[in-house]
Amino acid sequence: MNEPRWEHFQHGADVGIRGIGPTKEEAFQQAAVALMAVVTDPEHVALKREVIVEREAPDDEILLMDWLNALIYEMSANQLVFGSFDVLLGDHHLQGRAWGEKVDVERHEPVVEVKGATFTALSVAQNSNRDWVAQCVVDV
Amino acid sequence: MDTNSLQRVSGEEWRIEPHGKMRVPAIIYATEELIREMDEKVREQIVNVASLPGIEKAAYAMPDAHWGYGFPIGGVAAFDPARGGVVSAGGVGFDISCGVRTLLTGLTVEDVEPVKRSLADSLYRHIPAGVGSRGLLELTDSELDEMLSGGAQWAVNRGYGTEADLTRTEEKGRMTGARPDAVSEFAKNRQRREMGTLGSGNHYLEVQRVTEIFDVSAAEAFGIHRNNIVVSIHCGSRGLGHQIGTDFLREMAIQAKNYGIDLPDRELACAPIESSLGEKYLGAMRAAINCAFANRQIITHLVRQAFAPVIPGAELAVLYDVSHNTCKVEEHQVDGHMKRLFVHRKGATRAFGPNHPAVAEALRATGQPVLIGGTMGTASYILVGTAESEIHSFSSSCHGAGRQMSRAQATKRWRGRELMDELAERGILIRSPSPRGVAEEAPGAYKDVNAVVEASEKAGLSRRVAKLEPLICIKG
Repeated sequence: MNEPRWEHFQHGADVGIRGIGPTKEEAFQQAAVALMAVVTDPEHVALKREVIVEREAPDDEILLMDWLNALIYEMSANQLVFGSFDVLLGDHHLQGRAWGEKVDVERHEPVVEVKGATFTALSVAQNSNRDWVAQCVVDV
Repeated sequence: MDTNSLQRVSGEEWRIEPHGKMRVPAIIYATEELIREMDEKVREQIVNVASLPGIEKAAYAMPDAHWGYGFPIGGVAAFDPARGGVVSAGGVGFDISCGVRTLLTGLTVEDVEPVKRSLADSLYRHIPAGVGSRGLLELTDSELDEMLSGGAQWAVNRGYGTEADLTRTEEKGRMTGARPDAVSEFAKNRQRREMGTLGSGNHYLEVQRVTEIFDVSAAEAFGIHRNNIVVSIHCGSRGLGHQIGTDFLREMAIQAKNYGIDLPDRELACAPIESSLGEKYLGAMRAAINCAFANRQIITHLVRQAFAPVIPGAELAVLYDVSHNTCKVEEHQVDGHMKRLFVHRKGATRAFGPNHPAVAEALRATGQPVLIGGTMGTASYILVGTAESEIHSFSSSCHGAGRQMSRAQATKRWRGRELMDELAERGILIRSPSPRGVAEEAPGAYKDVNAVVEASEKAGLSRRVAKLEPLICIKG
């Protein structure tokens, strides 16, 4: 097992995001960091505001999609960017928290809007190192 | 893509015979070179589309096809509701009714060159672009619903543009059958303050010069001449469309099994056209089409405002407004019979030939303008629909260059500011809030648009009328 981390992977026109961690929750948190990194550097986001997300879904994969789409909604409707995340998973249930601030174009230099998380390459599973991997392609 | 896996029917037509779960053949239109550049995923996706219930004739991929979600981008498929046909949120895409509107200016390169810099700055000031930008309007709940029902007509009624603009917009700027009640509150909230914004990613506004005329009589009918200046706007239904795509993709994937649909891939999420979910999606999607129409109409107004102080007296008229991410009800001939079909075009442009009743009266004898967006460093094209594309592709053609490199690869290879300097040296002014965004959209990250439109012409999907090259690009 390794430290929780995130990465991007290639998809023709868009971007794949991947969160990796010792627990499913950490993988979900890291996937959210990967999502933010598509837009701006999450390290440069001040943690001034908190957003709470509650979702229910038939399986972990749709739950991941819902979590990411909830953050995409906050970015789009309320012009927020985030730098830190916390996730609690129950049976078909997610409770998430995200901390961030209103986007500042000068400071954050946001690259692109994310339109939505997709079913493409969507998976929540353990890899051979027993780490949890939560990933999908996002449409930009 | 390996050409050995395809059967070459003619120079630009490649076929995959039905096998496995496929109900109809899959047909790809492209030159051998474009096929070789296409991802293998395009083949996999178009084969999957060919397996969906109620599909008619064939699943088609346009010359600019690339790997999408469920459907390839550059995919065309028509479904018959009477045969259990489906409507697919993934077959339309997230950016519902994304499209191109081109404005004629009556100006020449000589008129614009001396004031190019001030025009670029004025456009950049007037048109909100990029992440975090907001429109001038904030819509109330009832205004949102009126906009979703009224489209560009709603915008014109509010003083953004003229009746003449509407005659040159598909559906006269208002899609019937829109159901604002089928649009979620989330989707409406994402749109409340986004009217008249360009967005980001591959969306742009360009001032372009006409560098080449291929078809003199069609160009004459469209009102374009060599050395003319035109303005092209490429954007869609913004946050509203993205959220509708998100909402229905999820719902359709979950409910597919209840409708007895066996999905080869969840991305192909769909519902029978004649089902409550199918009808609800169609109503929401049509509302998003209206949102895109209204959005491009408001931007048109802003472009006029931006031109006025720089080039007083310039009159900007709409040449045409055509979408490339839609599902439309159309009559098409199948096996000698006219059928009412639900035609999905995802990254594909409707391309009606001469004398089609849906085309604006003034252009009807010539055929529908097909507006193709290129990249900020290369070229865009105006094509015209052909009669034969009805037989080839339910009257559909390509929509743009199509990416050939990922965003990550592009940012590794190019730096935004250097790219902007390089383009400026070539006389192309870029205005953008995001240098990295510019790098991700580098012209080199796209396929050769010239090759794509040539292939479309050779395949009979549409015909070249004029080539446009950018002078100014406002990039989100």
